[in-house]
Amino acid sequence: MNYNSIISTLPYTKPFLFVDEISYIDKEGCTGTYTFPEDSYFYKGHFKDKPVTPGVILTECMAQIGLVCLGSFLLKSMEQDQIDPGEEIQIALSSTQMDFYIPVYPGEKVKVISRKEYFRFNKLKCSVEMFNKNDELVCRGTIAGMMKI
Amino acid sequence: MTDKTILEKIKAIVTPYVQRKEGLDDFNDQTDFLTDLKINSANLVDVILDVEDEFNIEIDNTSMEGMLTAGDAKRIILAKIEN
Repeated sequence: MNYNSIISTLPYTKPFLFVDEISYIDKEGCTGTYTFPEDSYFYKGHFKDKPVTPGVILTECMAQIGLVCLGSFLLKSMEQDQIDPGEEIQIALSSTQMDFYIPVYPGEKVKVISRKEYFRFNKLKCSVEMFNKNDELVCRGTIAGMMKI
Repeated sequence: MTDKTILEKIKAIVTPYVQRKEGLDDFNDQTDFLTDLKINSANLVDVILDVEDEFNIEIDNTSMEGMLTAGDAKRIILAKIEN
């Protein structure tokens, strides 16, 4: 299976799509990567003359890969026969708890690994970690959201 | 387990998720999780999962949809623990 077909089901587009590739996905979790382009708009203001990727953007990247891609996969595998493959999923973020360890600078590639805690009654909760190219832990936490097709 | 004990346990379970604390002052069978306590839909799922753990029961989608008030929850719990 080509995991990247999941990305086309996401309801995001540039400049707010933070997923380049899904390298692995199953019912228990997923792994994906994203490279933050050096010319991303938020570097102009965060911070003045010292560009660092904002924590909210790292959180968003983790939510898009770890929660939304996994949720899309889970929903589509549950209802394989009944849904139009072009159908977009409906999502709402419900909670995040995140600890940050080291900064991510412009142009860096990050890897996000998520594990499902539960997916019940349309609520998906995952524990999520982000690593930089040296496999150092960037941030770690839990993210939950409501999702349906 | 008496009705009163179950209601007290439900109250303890929902308390961390309640946005409208006044709704807890007169907690009874008619207390509505969404309108009286302003629990959001994501936290309502947490309430259900906590109820499952507390009473060692499993709640299915149909029961979840019928669980709008503390009284609904109590009836569903009673029916499940008797089985």
